Amino acid sequence: MGITAETARYLASRLVTSIIIVFGAMLLLFTLSALVPGDPAVTLLGPQATPELAAHFIREMGLDQPLHIRLWRFFSNVLTGNLGQDVLSGRYVTGMVGAVLPSTIILTFMAIFLAVLFGVPLGCFAATHRGSFFDHVLAILSVTFIAIPSFVVAIFLLLVFAIWLDWLPVLGTSGTGSFADEAKRMILPTIALAIGWIGFIARLVRSSMLEILGENHIRTMRAYGLPERLIVYKYALKNACIPIIAILGLGIGRLLGGAVLVEIVFSRPGLGRLVYDAIAARNYPVLQGSVLVVVLLFVVTNLLVDLSYSAIDPRIRRRAEREGMPK
Amino acid sequence: MIVLRATWKILTQVARSFGGGLGLIIVLTVLCSAVFAPLIATHDPDRIDVLHRFAAPTLEHIMGTDHLGRDMFSRLVHGSTVAMTVALCAILFALTSGTILGIVAAFLSTRAERPILVLFDVISSFPSLVLALAIVGVFGASTSLVIVVVGITLLPHFGRVARAQVLTLKNAPFLEAERLLGASTMRIIFVHLLPNIAGPLVVLASMDIPLVITIEAGLSFLGLGVRPPLASWGTLIQDGYQFLSQSAVPVTVASVALGVATLGFTLFGEALRDAVDPRLARAH
Repeated sequence: MGITAETARYLASRLVTSIIIVFGAMLLLFTLSALVPGDPAVTLLGPQATPELAAHFIREMGLDQPLHIRLWRFFSNVLTGNLGQDVLSGRYVTGMVGAVLPSTIILTFMAIFLAVLFGVPLGCFAATHRGSFFDHVLAILSVTFIAIPSFVVAIFLLLVFAIWLDWLPVLGTSGTGSFADEAKRMILPTIALAIGWIGFIARLVRSSMLEILGENHIRTMRAYGLPERLIVYKYALKNACIPIIAILGLGIGRLLGGAVLVEIVFSRPGLGRLVYDAIAARNYPVLQGSVLVVVLLFVVTNLLVDLSYSAIDPRIRRRAEREGMPK
Repeated sequence: MIVLRATWKILTQVARSFGGGLGLIIVLTVLCSAVFAPLIATHDPDRIDVLHRFAAPTLEHIMGTDHLGRDMFSRLVHGSTVAMTVALCAILFALTSGTILGIVAAFLSTRAERPILVLFDVISSFPSLVLALAIVGVFGASTSLVIVVVGITLLPHFGRVARAQVLTLKNAPFLEAERLLGASTMRIIFVHLLPNIAGPLVVLASMDIPLVITIEAGLSFLGLGVRPPLASWGTLIQDGYQFLSQSAVPVTVASVALGVATLGFTLFGEALRDAVDPRLARAH
């Protein structure tokens, strides 16, 4: 299949929009840091800071420079991969984000994996048993899963499994580096993050399966006497799964937002923890850097997904809106 | 009068399905408790009684007390006022500004509406919770900031729908006729377009409410939402979570309340959508 002129134009405009978004985010973050109420040195170092220390800090941060020079410096730094420096510890933000990023990404991807693993068969079963008791139960369960915020689910899981039943170690990472222990501590956060998406994907697969099962080519297959199992699982399911990939891309921002809160509930190190601690300590360079990384992750995933699917089938985005994404 | 009758008709239709009925009951309960909080609350939500901290539910305190001995039920009821105020203000902000931008875009030429569409794309490309974290992190927590930030992130939803609706209606024969009779653009917008596009926009507004409640509660849970003495459900969850080792009652009560409320608003929003626009209903 060749790329038509229209598709090419669409792809180009998506690329330009993505660049605008990233620059917009950088500009916004810079403006925010310039607008920090009060004297940044005093805010960051606390009222006990000596004037010498404050002056040193202001020089260090380049805060004595005029605004346009600070803007220029910020942009050129970011574009060369330098997200700035944590003034308190002197560590580079890029390194700090890099250290915790894998933890957040693993959590997010484990959640996606779990959601697909359970969501697809459930939705498939509901579609083939439409109107059955199971279908009704699943309809109620999926809307419940979608509606309840992931950090509330996280707290429920914590209460039930860690406190009442005392089954799983929950908080943080073990620090021992043992894989089995790490995996055990991943279970509850992953479930908390995934549960809304299980409901969402189940609903999505169900509705697109029903649509596909009503189509002419499926009717023809039935007329030819192909086994129902083969029709459902081989031909219909394959098509019904296409939208999932696109939708996970669209939902990655919500997932990351959810991951921030879930990480905090379970005291796991990660981007969420980093952002939260940076806010608590009023450590703006770290806050700026980590938020920028989140935006970047989000924009890149969205772009990739858009390039692969939405360009070909714009119905996918509409379907995502109709099924109501998890909060 | 017509509006009232139409509303009543749609609400009865919403109540007909199990989910819609349940949602309607929850929504009405939350709204009532938000409006009449001082009448419903059994205690002063801020009265500290350290002798009875972490009390289990009794007749006196039907949902127990928190780490300072404050009555959980009264705090929840007052928390609903906060949640509803933030949700309705943010939605109202997004609804009005989004609709205005959407209508303006629909009336402009393809080239001229481009900046508005790019603006929608840019805003919806930010993960809203993370953006809210960044802004609140810099300016400090405040209720009005939460409202504005959430309102802005939801703006494109309404803008896109308003634009699409106006585009399909703009050249309808009845508007053509109205224009021939000499109606001004303003008259066409306010008398004909707005009533016709209101349905989908209201549905969208009701479906966005649980999202706003969630973001506000999440921010308050992190201590970055509403400030004391106001207490939102997120604040209550945070308070309970801090003292989890001493009593699980406050955190359970507050989380269940938040979960039930978001579920209720989601069920209601979906039933409302199915009632207002059956074409959007999922395959059943």
